[in-house]
Formats: sequence, C-alpha cells, structure tokens
Amino acid sequence: MTTQDRLTISRESKLDDAGYKWGFSTDVEMELAPKGLNEQIVQLISSKKNEPEWLLDWRLKAFDYWRKLHREDSEPRWAKLRYPEIDYQDIYYYAAPKSFDDAPKSLDEVDPEMLETFDKLGIPLHERERLAGVAVDAVFDSVSVATTYGEQLEERGIIFCSFSEAVQNHPELIKKYLGSVVPYTDNFFAALNSAVFSDGSFAYIPPGVRCPVELMTYFRINTEGSGQFERTLIVADEGAYVSYLEGCTAPIRRTSQLHAAVVELVALDRGEIKYSTIQNWYPGTKDGEGGVYNFVTKRGMTGDDAKISWTQVETGSAITWKYPSVILRGDNSVGEFYSVALANNYQQADTGTKMIHIGKNTKSTIVSKGISAGHGENTYRGGVKILPGAENATNHTQCDSLLVGDQCGAHTVPYIEVRNPTARLEHEASTSKVSDEQLFYLMSRGISEEDAHHMIITGWSRDVIKELPFEFALEAGQLLKVSLEGAVG
Amino acid sequence: MLKIENLHAAVTDSDEEILKGIDLEVNAGEVHAIMGPNGSGKSTLASVLMGKPTYTVTEGDITVDGDSIVEMMPDERAHLGMFLAMQYPSEVPGVRPWQFLKAARDARDGANGEKKMSVRAFSKLFDEKVEEVGINPDLMRRSLNEGFSGGEKKRNEMLQMAVLEPRIAIMDETDSGLDIDALQAVADGVNQMRSPSRSFVIVTHYQRLLHYVRPDVVHVLVNGRIVETGNAKLAEKVEATGYRDYVAVN
Amino acid sequence: MMTLNASKIEPNPIRHADVYRNDWDSFVANQSRNGSASDRAHELRRVGWEEFNRIGFPINRRGNELWKYTDLRQIDRMPFRFGAPSSGISLEAIAKMVPLPREWQNVVFVDGVRDPSIADSGSQSDGLTLRDVTAYEQLGALAGCESNAFVSLNSAFLDDGLMVDIDHDVESIKPLHVVFVSTGSDLGQRAVYPRIAVSVGRGSHATLIETHVSMADGSHLSVPVVEISMGQQSTLRHYRVQLDGEDSYHFATTRVKQGEDSRYRSTSFSMGSSIGRHDVLTMLDGEHAESTLHGVYMTTNRQHQDFEISTTHSVPHGTSDQYYKGILSGRSRAVFSGKITVERGAQKTDANQKDLNLLLSHGAEVDTKPSLEIYADDVKCAHGATAGHVDEDTLFYLQSRGVDYDTAQAMLIRGFAAEILDEIEDELLRTFLEDKLDELMPALQQASDTIGTA
Repeated sequence: MTTQDRLTISRESKLDDAGYKWGFSTDVEMELAPKGLNEQIVQLISSKKNEPEWLLDWRLKAFDYWRKLHREDSEPRWAKLRYPEIDYQDIYYYAAPKSFDDAPKSLDEVDPEMLETFDKLGIPLHERERLAGVAVDAVFDSVSVATTYGEQLEERGIIFCSFSEAVQNHPELIKKYLGSVVPYTDNFFAALNSAVFSDGSFAYIPPGVRCPVELMTYFRINTEGSGQFERTLIVADEGAYVSYLEGCTAPIRRTSQLHAAVVELVALDRGEIKYSTIQNWYPGTKDGEGGVYNFVTKRGMTGDDAKISWTQVETGSAITWKYPSVILRGDNSVGEFYSVALANNYQQADTGTKMIHIGKNTKSTIVSKGISAGHGENTYRGGVKILPGAENATNHTQCDSLLVGDQCGAHTVPYIEVRNPTARLEHEASTSKVSDEQLFYLMSRGISEEDAHHMIITGWSRDVIKELPFEFALEAGQLLKVSLEGAVG
Repeated sequence: MLKIENLHAAVTDSDEEILKGIDLEVNAGEVHAIMGPNGSGKSTLASVLMGKPTYTVTEGDITVDGDSIVEMMPDERAHLGMFLAMQYPSEVPGVRPWQFLKAARDARDGANGEKKMSVRAFSKLFDEKVEEVGINPDLMRRSLNEGFSGGEKKRNEMLQMAVLEPRIAIMDETDSGLDIDALQAVADGVNQMRSPSRSFVIVTHYQRLLHYVRPDVVHVLVNGRIVETGNAKLAEKVEATGYRDYVAVN
Repeated sequence: MMTLNASKIEPNPIRHADVYRNDWDSFVANQSRNGSASDRAHELRRVGWEEFNRIGFPINRRGNELWKYTDLRQIDRMPFRFGAPSSGISLEAIAKMVPLPREWQNVVFVDGVRDPSIADSGSQSDGLTLRDVTAYEQLGALAGCESNAFVSLNSAFLDDGLMVDIDHDVESIKPLHVVFVSTGSDLGQRAVYPRIAVSVGRGSHATLIETHVSMADGSHLSVPVVEISMGQQSTLRHYRVQLDGEDSYHFATTRVKQGEDSRYRSTSFSMGSSIGRHDVLTMLDGEHAESTLHGVYMTTNRQHQDFEISTTHSVPHGTSDQYYKGILSGRSRAVFSGKITVERGAQKTDANQKDLNLLLSHGAEVDTKPSLEIYADDVKCAHGATAGHVDEDTLFYLQSRGVDYDTAQAMLIRGFAAEILDEIEDELLRTFLEDKLDELMPALQQASDTIGTA
C-alpha cells in the first residue's frame, strides 16, 4: 500500500468548502489521548469515564474480538464502496474538550465558544434559544456537553442523558441492555465501537409513558484526526413511546475522519420508538478529498405488538455504510425504514436496512429513495428475512433511484430470503431521472430551473420526508437543496 | 403585444423543420384561434412560444412588447406574463398543487420586483379559484396531476391560469378528449378571464371549443405555415369542409 | 483509484484433485494421440485445467456473492469421473423420455459425446451446418474460464461438442433439438462437460431446443456450456429444458453476445437435479438489441435450484427483460440472483427484471436477489420480486363453485406457470412441458401444507 492511500493524507491541498456551511471548526482546547489503538487506550477511556469493572471487561473483550477480526483481515468488503485502507493506528480514540474534564453541571459551565458553535449549528441548546418541545443532548467529539429539559422529563420518570452519565447513575439499565441488540461480535465496526466508544445518548421511557417531547442529540466531530465512536441506547419499556432525533455535522477537514457509531433500540411489548436521523457529516470536497467515513451499526429489537421506525436523510459523509435494521422478534410487531440517501460529487453511499421477521404476523415496510449526482455512487442494499416461525409475515419494499447526470451510478441490491410459505413479500424498484417534460412544465409556470429540479426531487422524496417531525422535514428539504447545488441547473 | 415574425423552428439536434415561416400578431385583448390538421405544427408553435427545449428556433423572431423572447428560458417567459395550458400536463409526484402554484406565483412576483403574497392571501386566492374553476378540492390534496383524469388535468391547467393571471395565455389543444361539461368549464374559464389587457392564443384541431369561446381572428396552419387567416366564420368553414382542401394545395 | 475493497475470493483446495488430474492427463494424452483438435481447443483445455486446479470449487463462500446461497461441499466431496460414455442406449429408449419429432432436427449426446451409433433424427435444414466444436475459430471467446470452476472444468475436458453454424439471411429453419442424455451408470459418479457453440448469421432466424435428461438414477455431474454469438438483425429462440435425475448435479453456463438489432429470447423450464444451477449472461453489444430471459422452476423434496441471470447493456437503446417464476414445495430451496448492468453511456436502455415465487410448504425456502447496477441516467429500469402462497381467496372462490381443494390448487399452480409456458410458440414442446408439470403436480401438492384444511 502506498502512502497516499492511507487514511491520513499529508499532502497539502486547497479545500473547496463552498456549499458546506457547517464546515467551521471550533477552537476549544482538547485533551487528546495518543493516537493509536491498544489495550491501554481502551483502559484509559474506561478510567477517564470512571466506569465499573464489568464495563471495562466488556470493552476489553470487544477489543480482543476486534483485534482478531483485524488480524484476519475481516473488515467488511461486500459493500459497493471504494476507499483507501484505513490505518486504525493513525486515529485519536479519545478527544475531550479540556474544560469539560469535570463535566459541566449546568449550562453556565459550558464553554462560551462551544455554545457559539451550537448556535451556529442552530442547536437549541441554551434555554432561551431552544426550540419548543425538543430536549437536546449534544455530543461534541464524543463527549456529551449538555442536556436540556432534564427536569421535565424526570417528572415522568424518563431518563435522557449522556451515555457516560447513564453508566454512573443507571448502571443496572446499561448492564441489562448494552449489547443486547448489537453484540460486540456483530461486525468489525461494532466491535471497534464497543471497545472504544466514548459517549453518546441514553434514553429510557418507563412503562406506559408517552414521552411528551422529541428527544434530540446533535453530534459533531471537531478534532482533526479523531475518530468518533458514539454509542446510543434507547429503551421504550412496555407500552412506552418516544420519538428521537439525531443530527450530525463535522467541520471541513482535508483528511478523512472515521465515524463508527452503534445505536441500539429496544422496544418492549407494545412499546414504540421512532428514530429520525439527518446525517450531514462533511462529504469531502467536490473533487472527493476528505470527508467523513461513516460506518454505522443501527438496530432495534421488538417485543410483542411493538413498533420501531427508522427514518433517515443521508446527505453527508464521503462514505456511508449504514443499515438501520429491525429484528421483529415479538408477535404482531412492526418495523419501518424510510430513507433518502444522496450521493453527489464523489460521495459513495451503500445503505439500506435489514428486516428480520421472527414473530408471527410481523410486518415491515421499506421505502428507500436514492439520489445520485455528479460522480456519486448510491447503492441500496437491503435484506428481508422471513424465518420459519414467522407465520403471516408481510413486507413491502419500494426502492427508487433518481440519477442526475450521466457520470453517477445507482444500484439496487435486495436480498429476500423467505422460509415460511404464509409470508407475503413484495419488492418494487424503479430508476428514473428528472424528465425534461416535468422540468419544462414547472419552468413554464415561472419556476427557475434549479428550483424546478429541487421541487421535483424533494417531491419525489416526499414519502420519506413526510415521516420526519416537522422542523426536521424543513431542514431535510433545505439540506437536499444545498447538497445538490452545482449538480443541477 | 405578441408578435411572431418569419418563425422557423426545428426539432433540437435534428434537421427536421416543423415551423416554416410563421407571421402572426396578437394585440391586447384579442383571442386568436390556430387551427390545423394533425402534424401541421400547431402544438409545436405553442411549445416554441413558451420556449420548450425540444425545439430550436432556426430563423425569425418572437417579441413581447417589442422585446425578443427567443433566447429566454421558459421561466423568464412566464415572468413576462406568458402561460401555456398544456395538452399533456406532466405528473409531478410528491408536489402539491398549492405548493407548486405558490412557488410559481412567488417566482414571478419576485422577478417583477413585486411583494410576495402572504400565505394567507395566497390561500384565499387559491381557494376562490378552485371553486371558480370547479375542480374537485380533493384533488388538491394529491400530487400535481398524479391520478388526475384527462378532464381533471385540463381543469387544473385552468386553475393555474386563473391563479397566475397571465397576459398572454396559450392553450394547446385544451379541448381535446374532453366531455361536454369539462369543455364548458374550460370555455367558462377563458371567457371569465377575457379582458382588454389579456390575449389568448387557442390551438385546436376542432372547432368545438370555438362554439363557446368566440375568437377574434382564426388562422389555419398547414405544414408549418399559416395558409389562411380570417374571422370566426373561417372556423365554421373549416368545420364544414375539413382540412382536405388546404392539404391538397400544400 | 485502486479497487482496494473488492471481495477477495480465496482459492479452495480440491478434495479429489488427484482424480481430476489423472482423468485430465489421460484425456489430453488421448486427444494428442488423435491429433484432430485445433490448437485453440488444446490451449483452452490447458487454460481451463490450470484455472480449475488453481481455484477449485467455491466451497468457502465467505465474501463470495456468487455462491452466497449454494453450498458446493457435496460436489467437492464426490470424485466425479470423466470417461468413455455408456453404450447401448437406443433411440427408442430416449424417445420415450423426450420428444424427437420429425418436425425438429434432433441431435443426441450420450454422456457428453455425440453418439455415433445414434443417427441424428429428423432431416437436415439448409443454411444450418453442424460441426465439431473444436474447429470453431471463436471457441471459448464467450466462455473460457472466467475464474469460474465449472466453466474452467468444461474447458479443461472439452471434447468434440457441437458447433451450430447458421448462415446469413436464413429465414426459416427447422428447430434444432440437442438432447443431452446422462446414463450415470457404469462409471460410478460420472461427470460430463458438453459444449455447444452457436453462431447465428446476420439476418437469420433460428430455434434451439436444449434438453437435459437422465436415463437412470444415480448421481452424475453435468456441466454444459453454451456460447451463442448473434449477428446483426438475427433472432434466436432458445428453449432450455432441464430434466436431469433427482440425484444428479447440474451446473450450466450460457453466454450470449448480441449484435445490433438482434433478438435473443429464451425460455427455460427446470425441474431436474438435486443441485442445479444455471448461470446466464447476455451481453447487448449492438444497439437496439433485445434480450428476453424467461423461466419457470419447480422444486420438490430437498432439491436446490440456483439461477444466476445477468444482462449487460454496454450500448444505447437496448431492451431486456428477465422474468422467472418459481414453485417450491417440500424442503426444497430456490435461488434467483438476477443482475442487470447498464454501463456508462448505454442511454435509452429499457430493462425489466422480475422473480415471482409460490411457496407451497413450510420448509421450502426461496432466496431472491433481483439487482440493478446502473451508470446511465436516461434509462428505464424496473425490478420486482414477490414471494407468497396460492391466493386463498381465489382458492375459496374455486371451491365455492364446487371444485375440490386439490383440483383448485393444481389449477392455480398451473395458472402460475402458464404465464411462462404459454410463450412457447412450439406446440409440441409446450404440450410436452405442460405434461411434465402435470406429472410433477402430485409431488408438489403432496408436500404442500400452506393452506390448512380442505
């Protein structure tokens, strides 16, 4: 392997950051553990967080397992993605804002510069600025900085805090559910995350409680050369409901950054979790330099009559490897996946879902919209598995691709495995482009070519976007527009 | 208002010339009918006036108020107050008629330095026009033209015309394939909007629509050229004898 | 950029490497003595052997998308032998199993070798020449080895095969029926590696019926390769009938290269073999070419059928249609892995892909993977897949009109397959296949348990 193929590219280059308005970086003093990954780093992360012995053990087991996979060269290669070999020893695995060493007790303790960062991001962190009805946990380079709405949630017995806090304050819940949906043996990146995750969000909704506000976490990668490995765990106890939003941005860096998160959702009997993501990590320059490598494992598991719904709008990252999935274990449970993924310039996205039907009368719905532009490559990869006991399971999959320009690629790779004859499955897919007729029609009414393109593309994505909470839907529309700039018109 | 001089147009990227020298002047307040057999170029003329990229003007000029519009994009022409009611309006999934028209109206008002209508004011106008045009309000909750019947699509075009209030309205075979009620609705839409400051160019194969909308001038277009011009009586003559005589001569 | 993340396919050790080697050594020694074959044929044998010897059977399937659902350890475990064909098979015996009508030109292969004791039946047609495949100048151009164990094996053991040469502008021609009979008797576990090469001349229209059938029970391995090259404005109607015995293994490869304005239409009917696989690739190399790949598969007991169906559009204005239908019962398994590739610049492609499955019993499994890979924006591509059981409402409707449960279910199964079978223009063949489906019906229904009580 030549040097230039390494993750860290040392060659100087001019960055083209037009169009990525989230690309500022924040000058906050950081505490960094040395680059590289070994047992000491894992121990250091754990001790920094004052973790109990069992959690350190779990991390170390995960690290052993990852090391084994790494030795066997078992990094997954089945995705339709091309990127240089990642040098796992050339990454910071722990980066924390120095002034947060003792963790802020209240918003007053938050570094003003950081508050400003979140202002720029439009995150309603500060009391007077927060959006009505959204409780926010902000994770800045893997460390949770502040959580709003704490008290109101507490009254209902809802726990919403950083993962680290949860480890301190609710160890029994963490111990019970951590790794219950995504064990550290699940895959290469999940093993890596399990060993080195630094923070993330935790939410627990008690039985029968409907969370009155939308819970929200905003993730941001700031430090150059750092990887981000957050871990999110959400538990909706019996009959509970929660809607959770996740947003991600990163500053412009000419080197690529690794992001390997794990999200676990547990919806117990009659519980319901609605999880929405807007992923806008830095996509790299328009020539394909830099950008975030996003390798994410997201999965939920259902109890009887439970429901898990994933909605994602993926416009960012240079590489997206992500398959939010649902294990439909409970009878009559429901899994949904709604996705818009956009790959412009040299972005590559290999994303989809896996619906694993175990329980009787389980039902899943998949709606995937892939937009390819520039030299972007967009692959839908989805699995629907009906196990022998899943009587009367149903799945409907609709997965459409839109190509903008003749240098991009749109691919569809569904895996449908049926082992029960009472199942009903339907998979439909189509490929299209914005038609000249549609464009002319809209333009003849006075709408500019670019706006017409945008209107047609957002309209085409509507079945997914309408699943998002209102504020997020607006943001998603804007993001699609900004991300497609230069590709149309 | 609208002047067409020696207009030649061909299918873009081909040598296939469809319009072979058309001269036409439409003054404010006039209703012109353009009749012709299939393949005569009348729909092409309508599309060329609106700037459809399928066709390229190879010679001649089109002016509005004395300024050439040949180089203008379709949206710029719309900002000048031009409107084309299409023969086959496109379906646009996920885009609601209200959203679409608000964007269109805002784009034009913005381009003309006018204030954008407030959501409230626009909604009021929209609802009024929906009722006036007699389009089923349920359709307004669907995607633009998606699942609309032929007649509903045409009524929807009339709705757009009513909301956008153009100065020059071109109607491309709006009457084709309509039942009598829909035809009446289209005619009512046009008649209500007739005014001394607004002109209409009605492209049609049959005289049917002209029973309800009386044209000031009638042109017969055959093989890319206007072969006869007259008053409303000409339309009746064409209906009686068909296009045979013209086609034979040309 | 380098392809840094491409799947690495590891070579696999061959359990009975010595058996294959001995057979190959004596085969090539024999061929050299005869000295009849072309250099091209000798070279193909050598390249094929080396490749097979290098890669082995893809038993280690980790990271190998092509073999994700089909386990070949059974194949690797058995020492399949290559050797002289059985003798003493009469035309009459074969005619009992497959139609050999005078309306067709019939050519019979027994155990992979064109049996001289069985005369070609039916009469010769003008414009069609049958030759020894080793004399074909383009031999192996479409199927050499492609890092595929079975194509490599076929090349390694390339015997005389059949070269079908169709002249230019041949308007009408008798259907050519090529029958491959496997006896699987005296050699224990026999392997046969037949090859057909077809060249359809510019402006010609032809029909090829390819039938695979076993004369006796017992396990044998059949590895046919068919290479088809189509000239401008030519048409080939290709029927493929796979009726190998239930203990046999069938790994077939078909490669089609299509010139401008050509039309290739295939209908496959597969119900034989214990493990069966048909790997098809049509390449649309000339503009306005049309490729239609249709098929129906029936699996019962513990059968395993795998269809690897690919179409590649490399130029504009191509049309393609993949449409397969499956009927599964018992503890059988079927795999459909369809792929349509539209290369950069292949604008105005119109491609369709569909795989519909009827699951009749618990224990049966279908794995379907209809995939699209698209690098051009002005195209129309659609695909779909379904899996489900016989529609209960329809079943009830039929029963309410007095039709008993079994009859009603059989009607629906027949109806499901009919959409593909009805496209068979050759009436003799269609009737034969409809009868075959009816013969299989009890086996399909016996294991059916989806719709509870009659």
